[in-house]
Formats: sequence, structure tokens, C-alpha cells
Amino acid sequence: MYKLILAIRYLYRRRVSYFALIAVALCVFIVVVVMTVMSGLVGEFREKNHSFTGDCVVGTESLVGFTYYEDFLRKLESTDCVEAASAVIKSYALVGKVGSQRNMGVEIIGIDAATYGRATGFGGTLHYHKDDVSRAFKPTAVVRQAHHLDANLPGFVVGVDMWIWRDEKGEYYFAPNPEATAVTITCFPLTARGALAKAGTDLVNTKTFYFSDTSHSGIARVDGSVIYAPFEDAQALCGMKEPIARASWIHIKFKPMVGIDKGCGKVRKLWGTFYEQNKDKPNGELLAQVKVQGWKEHRREFIAAMEKEQVMLTVMFGLVGLTTIFIVFVVFYMIVSHKTKDIGILKSVGASGCDVVELFLGFAAGLGVIGSAVGIAFGLWFLRDINAIEDWLFERFGFQLWDRTIYAIGEIPHRADLTMMLVVAGCAVLACVAGAALPSVRAAKERPVETLQVSQI
Amino acid sequence: MSKNDYILEAQGIHKTYRLGIAEVSVLKGADLAAKKGEFVAIVGASGSGKSTLLHILGALDKPDNGSVRFEGRDLGKMGGGELNRYRNKMVGFVFQFYHLLDELSVLENVVLPAMVSAGVVGWIMGRGNAKKRGLELLEQVGLKDRASHKPYQLSGGERQRTAIARALMNEPKLLLADEPTGNLDSATGNGILELLERLNRAGQTIVMVTHDERVARRAGRIITLADGKVK
Repeated sequence: MYKLILAIRYLYRRRVSYFALIAVALCVFIVVVVMTVMSGLVGEFREKNHSFTGDCVVGTESLVGFTYYEDFLRKLESTDCVEAASAVIKSYALVGKVGSQRNMGVEIIGIDAATYGRATGFGGTLHYHKDDVSRAFKPTAVVRQAHHLDANLPGFVVGVDMWIWRDEKGEYYFAPNPEATAVTITCFPLTARGALAKAGTDLVNTKTFYFSDTSHSGIARVDGSVIYAPFEDAQALCGMKEPIARASWIHIKFKPMVGIDKGCGKVRKLWGTFYEQNKDKPNGELLAQVKVQGWKEHRREFIAAMEKEQVMLTVMFGLVGLTTIFIVFVVFYMIVSHKTKDIGILKSVGASGCDVVELFLGFAAGLGVIGSAVGIAFGLWFLRDINAIEDWLFERFGFQLWDRTIYAIGEIPHRADLTMMLVVAGCAVLACVAGAALPSVRAAKERPVETLQVSQI
Repeated sequence: MSKNDYILEAQGIHKTYRLGIAEVSVLKGADLAAKKGEFVAIVGASGSGKSTLLHILGALDKPDNGSVRFEGRDLGKMGGGELNRYRNKMVGFVFQFYHLLDELSVLENVVLPAMVSAGVVGWIMGRGNAKKRGLELLEQVGLKDRASHKPYQLSGGERQRTAIARALMNEPKLLLADEPTGNLDSATGNGILELLERLNRAGQTIVMVTHDERVARRAGRIITLADGKVK
């Protein structure tokens, strides 16, 4: 009991302990803030990629695509684990406004808006058709009447960053209704063998589309370079409609209680059987390059970079933790040097070396617990107001910490994870104990006779 | 008197300190014995080894040669845990410079030996009794009203009386006092000696070290230490 009492008294009566406490609190604060922002960013990015992809994808990176996708779609829809599945065309195109000489290269994704909206989170990314994704490619009646649009022309959905101006605060400025703008989308149609389907002056396929909506997926690369077009139009533009229809990918959403790995396993098995049944059919060789991937695997190249950055930051802050250990070590070395008399007194009344170690380690652990609590409390306060602080910095000094045009996320992630905070606090306590270990052992080895009677023999 | 009446026996105690390359022999075969209830004073000039002998008697230091027996048991054959218990239960130390813990109150300093021996659970269960005894001891040394004070708020004499109360906390069989009046004025020192005499009259065995013959005369028996040996 005296160890606890003395540890507490040392903590608040030794001013030097306050410095160690501040060091621990600052370290915990920094780690909590950075880990929260970084893991929030990575988590949000993962979530957005999951939403963009669905749970599972079947397909190929090849621009040629694969055949018999409709048959496989039917098989998928009849299985008990699949909630929705949607075929997708993926290729590259040139887009230019009608009447303009300028054009730009984009990624074109051909989708059936209704099924794609069920298999992925596409519907939630739309601005004008958020409530009815099936009408994503249809200009609203108001617009059609106002601008006398040809009802037969399809609409297109464009990545929000390619179409809408965004200010430094990350706010988009949308018109009340979609503007009546027509673009031409030009693709190079490919045969099933990967050759250009056309020759001469008629090398490319071009079609006019009307702007119908924007998509804000929150993934900068998608919002800045992707145009969605109706599946059949994109399929025709890319030469994938005939002679045997092809698609690039099938996006799948599993039923709520089906785990991603389990669901992917079932789809993989299903695909294996399907492949064996269809590989010898015309253009069946295209099925050989089809992969079944979970969403994480499919978006690996995008997510991995951020995860690596997170690991790198964790390692860097591990080094900050080492500094804390060193500070605690120095502080405890000083305290032990100043407390040799106390150690002698304790030993003279029967305390053992282990008791002395426990006393100083308890002191260190207490320092770690209080330092962590202060650091976490300060970190939570800072995180709660982090976006307001960032706004204030921008308004007051013109300094923008969080560039929305790069991160494509409206605000700095600030939801702290309890588990992460407990782990950080635990590490801080361990760091304090580690820093105090050597001085504590030194204290335990002090001979009472030397500390109590140094000047007398 | 039978040999069993001796609570403490030290035989042939040798102790040499190494100071740089020089070796200083402080004790060269010192012998000492104290009976139960005796008040023994060890006197000697400064540097004669009297404090060293007291530390060896109290197991704060180990002799290079010789043996110390407490109630017939050789301290040299005791393990670390047994020596800790010996310091905690069997002997009480009173130092010249009081050696109180500034972080604890007067009462907490007094009950410290009980806290050390009790452990957390034992302390929680028995702290009421321990505090009661601590207060009784403080009353005995005239400091009951200073129980909640910190040591630095006390005078030298009060600190020494607190140290005596602490030394008596676990009802030790032997009280070892190292120059208990050495840091006090004569009036205050006299008060401390009266307290020790009173304790001795109540049956407490005391071995006191002092360089002052007048102080030593207050004890029942005087042992003179010179040239590392008892004369």
C-alpha cells in the first residue's frame, strides 16, 4: 500500500514528473490525432472503394472482355448468396462537348443503372437521381422540356470533379437541374481477338449523349476521370455487342449475412464449373483470363498505397514513442538519484529490492496512465473541433491543411476508435514502464547503508 | 545469567572499506552482546566504527568476517527475505538525521513499517488497528496533534520523536539508535534520552551509538569502541 501512496505522492510532488507527464500526454495526443485522421482516411477510402466495387467482381482487366456473361449472370442470380449482380463494360474513350474542338481522354464504364445501383453504391453517389438510380441516364422532364432534348438520346453520368466547380472548402456548386449539355463519346471498338474492329476513316465509334447527372464516389481518381454510359450504348461503342456479346466485369453484392470471403468462395466455385462448361464454345478462350476477386483484392493497387502510408506513419510514431521512453528514462534516473535516501529508509524498515522496483514501476505506470488520459482527452477535444480549427486557419491565415481537391473527402476524419485509443494508451503505459525499468533496478540495488550514512563510517 | 538471556551477540566482527586504492579497516574483531531489556551505549571517537557496527547489527550492512546472532539465529545465514523481515519486525532504527519520508505525513511515517509488512490486502484489513497504534505511539512521544503534519513542518526534536515512534511501530525486540541526539540541542536531546529511558524501563532493549560520554551515561551499560575493537 505504501508503494501506491508513495508513487502517487512522487507523481504530484516532484515537478520533474510533470515534464514526463507532459511528454507522455503530447506523444499520446499526437499519435491519437494522426492515427484517427489516417485510419479514418484509410477506412473511408476503403469504404468508398467497397461501395464503388460491390462485394465481389468477376471479370478481366483486358479491354476485350469475356463472353457468355449473361449466362453466368443468370447462374449468379439463382444462387442463395447473391443479392444483386450487374455486368459492366469498361474501356477508354474520348469525350468532347458538342460544338467544341476540345476533348479529353476518360475511362468509360457502361452500366445498367438499376442493377448496378443494387450491386454497388452507385445510386448514393448521384446528385440529381439519388432517389431513383434507374433513371440516372434520363434527363429530368423539366430539363427535357426546357431544352427540347431528343427523347431517344441517352444520358451520361460524369465524375463530379470533371464537371462541377469545387471551391477550396470542398463545396460543389450544383445547378438546380442538370444543364442541357451534349457530349460526344468516341471509342475504339475491339474484336474478341483484341484487334481494331474497324478500319479506314470509320475507325472509331462515336455517339452523342446528354448530361444527366454527376457521380461523387469520393475516390479522386474515379471522380476525375470516369464517365458512366448506358450498358448497351457503351457495349456498342466498344464493339463488344457482336457477334457474341461481351462484358468486362460482373459486380456482385452478397446478401447481408454472407461474408465476403465465403461469398467469393462460392462464386469462384460456380465460375470454375461455368468455365469448364463453356470454354470450348466460340470465343470461350476469353473465359480463361477471367478472375473472381473480392472487392479488396480488386482495388488492391489503390488501397495498398494508403495502407502502406498508414503503416509508415505508425512506424514513425513508434519512433516518437522511443523518444518518450528516453524522456521517462531520464526523468526516472533523476528521480532515483534524488530519492536514494528514501530507498535507504524503505529498506531499513524491511522493504525488499522488489518492493523498490514495484514502487518506481508503479510510479511510471501511474505517470503513463495519467499522461495517456490527458493526451486522449486533449486529442478527443482537438479531433472534435479539428474541422472548425482547419476552417479557422484557412479563413484567418489562408493556410489549407486539408486540400479537398486531392482527398475528395469533404472533411477531415475525426471519429476516434476506442480500441485504437486503448492500444495507444497501453503502449504509452508500457513505454513509461520500459523507460523506468533500468532506473528502478538501479534503485533496488542501492545499499541502504550507503544512502543513509554516506558521511559516516 | 544464562547465555539464553542475550538477545543479540556479535563476535569477531571485521569490516574494511575500500576508498579508492586505500583500504580502511574500521572493525577489527569487535565483540558485543546485549541482554533482553538492556540499554547499551556504544561510545567511541568519530571514525571508530560504531555506526558501522550498529548497521551490521541491524542487517543494513554485512561484516567481512564474524557473526551476528539475534535470539540465537545467525544473520549471515538468513536469506534476503528473512533479513527484510528481521529489519521490519525484529529491529527498529533511529537515525541521527531522522530519515523520515517527506512525501508522507507524520502518522504515515510512523505506520510505514506496518504498511511494509502488511501488503495491500493486509493493510486494507488491518489499517484501522495500525493507525490506532500509530496514534498511540505518537501520543506516547507527545506528537498526537501533529499526526497529519509533514516532517518538514516539525522541529528536529519532533522529527526524532517521530522516528522513534516509527521504530517502535512493529513492536521490535531491539531498538538501534545511531546518535539519536547528535543533531539536536541539549534540551531537546535530553527529552529524546528521557523517552528512550522510559521505553527501556518498559522493557525495550536498546543499543545506542554515541560519541558523547554524557549521553552514554544515560544507558545501563557502556561499551567503548576503539581501534576497531571493544575495549
